[in-house]
Amino acid sequence: MRTPSNVEPRAVRIGMRIGTGVVLAFLYVPLFVIVLYAFNAAQSQSWPIEEFTTKWFGIAWRNGQIRDALGNSVKAALSAMSIALVLGSLAAFAVHRFRFFGRETVSFLLVLPLALPGIVTGMALNAAINFGGQIFGLSFSLFTIILGHATFCIVVVFNNVIARLRRMSGSLVEASQDLGADGWQTFKYVLLPHLRTALVAGGLLAFALSFDEIIVTNFTSGTEITLPKWIFNNLRLPNQRPQVNVVAFAVILASFIPVYIAQRLTEDRRDG
Amino acid sequence: MDPAARSGETVVEEPRLSGAEAAGVDVKFERVSKRFGDSVAVDGVDLEIMSGEFFSLLGPSGSGKTTCLRMIAGFERPSEGRIVLHGRDVSGLPPYDRDVNTVFQDYALFPHMTVAENVDYGLKVKKVAKGERSQRVADSLAMVQLEPFEGRKPAALSGGQRQRVALARALVNRPRVLLLDEPLGALDLKLRQEMQVELKAIQQEVGITFIYVTHDQEEALTMSDRLAVMSKGKIEQVGSPAEVYESPASAFVADFVGISNLIDAATAARLSGTSAAFTLRPEKIRMVEHSAAPGPEEVAADGRVEQVVYLGSVTRYHVDLDGGGRLIVTAQNLSQSSTEALEVQGKEVRLLWSRDNQREVSA
Repeated sequence: MRTPSNVEPRAVRIGMRIGTGVVLAFLYVPLFVIVLYAFNAAQSQSWPIEEFTTKWFGIAWRNGQIRDALGNSVKAALSAMSIALVLGSLAAFAVHRFRFFGRETVSFLLVLPLALPGIVTGMALNAAINFGGQIFGLSFSLFTIILGHATFCIVVVFNNVIARLRRMSGSLVEASQDLGADGWQTFKYVLLPHLRTALVAGGLLAFALSFDEIIVTNFTSGTEITLPKWIFNNLRLPNQRPQVNVVAFAVILASFIPVYIAQRLTEDRRDG
Repeated sequence: MDPAARSGETVVEEPRLSGAEAAGVDVKFERVSKRFGDSVAVDGVDLEIMSGEFFSLLGPSGSGKTTCLRMIAGFERPSEGRIVLHGRDVSGLPPYDRDVNTVFQDYALFPHMTVAENVDYGLKVKKVAKGERSQRVADSLAMVQLEPFEGRKPAALSGGQRQRVALARALVNRPRVLLLDEPLGALDLKLRQEMQVELKAIQQEVGITFIYVTHDQEEALTMSDRLAVMSKGKIEQVGSPAEVYESPASAFVADFVGISNLIDAATAARLSGTSAAFTLRPEKIRMVEHSAAPGPEEVAADGRVEQVVYLGSVTRYHVDLDGGGRLIVTAQNLSQSSTEALEVQGKEVRLLWSRDNQREVSA
């Protein structure tokens, strides 16, 4: 750790620290303000905060609308995550294992939804669901929210799994077969342990992405409410403001914790 | 034929004479070809590998030796021809239905398992009884002297130790044939030489067939009972190390196995009165004073020493012949020092060799 301090002049080091501090403040001060206001006793948002309280947490928890929204968000995130885990890893296996015509194209098309603007994905899904409604009676519901979320959750799992597969020596699978293991045994004893952390990390990221998604949700949910959608609808109502802050705080936690664990799991460990 | 070569041959033929199972042939290639797209990796190979022999496939990279090994293991299927393992056609069988095991070039140890779990893997998937499993794992680890490391992960082992784990993991299954794909390639010279001796000892102890792929001719000569020299997907020569070294069947073999002088037909006619091109090993040539007379069966050629390379135990001289052409001569440094060896540079010398050591080749 001493090497950088020997190389960089003192002024550069101080400058870099200040720069880093400014960037982090830019990212996190707004979030911190939200968290702070969640404990504000007053109904209106005025600075400085005169009295702190936790009463809004209880009020928010007893709010039926919020509880429904929370239930929907958890169900949607868990389902989208499960779909993404299955389809994303299957796609990664296919792209990694087999050489087929259009392989690079499939790989590109799988990753594309991540870069595609959410509003475009949302519009497209909205049109598709309307179309599906005319053909076989598809209607806006929790199910269509899950489908919409799965489109970008699959990418996350796919990326995690394929990165791990590419780092894995191809001869491991051959060694397993050579020692007498059939396809299922090789999957169970060699492939799965090797991919375990990548799957957990991909799943957690998918959960976090789905849990706080608003754009695609708006286009696919119809009358169903999710937590981010509830926030969006109630943001402009002054008397709801304290509860909105509490819910926002909950959403921040529900997103940060999975991302943090995912990051820890995918760190390069020598025996990973 | 020279006695060493003949005795090598006898060892190999013995199982066949004793009428062992399937006439003693463990692995048989019948007109085997393998194509990848337009390129031909293996081109019409016929080969018989005897039970219990240490057999090497020697060749430069791209010669098809590893593809041959992978076809025996079952990772590749032949495009044409058959591969027969102990009398049974296995050309279409998957790797897990073949009674062979492989030591991989990169060892391919399972990183999430300990040394003992790695060695146990083959027994576990074949559902061998628990008690027998632990006994066989212990025996295998003992054979490669790795008992103290059984609880470690592969990442915590040295290259040589990983190599031993890979060996134990393959041998614990008691395969009929063990395939080794350049297993010593990643080790340093000293360790490689130690492992060569140890591999050979283990092979003799367990008595199973070893098929060893290498591009290192010294390794192949040191360990093999017999070897096949491969080039461009074809087998150039099959024989004992002494046969291949002393009587190379082609200019390629002479050049690839050891250092050799190739004398073209015109120079051959001038020097020894023969009409065909021949090869001549550098250590078969004597370098003497310019005035020395040749013996009755010896060929003489005069030239000038252009370059002297002192290699410690031997010195290599590059001699330009008076009538054109160049010969490489090696001489043991029995009494001379590097300074004495280097003094020969630029001197006129006479080269003598016995006619018996000339090997005619179709160049």
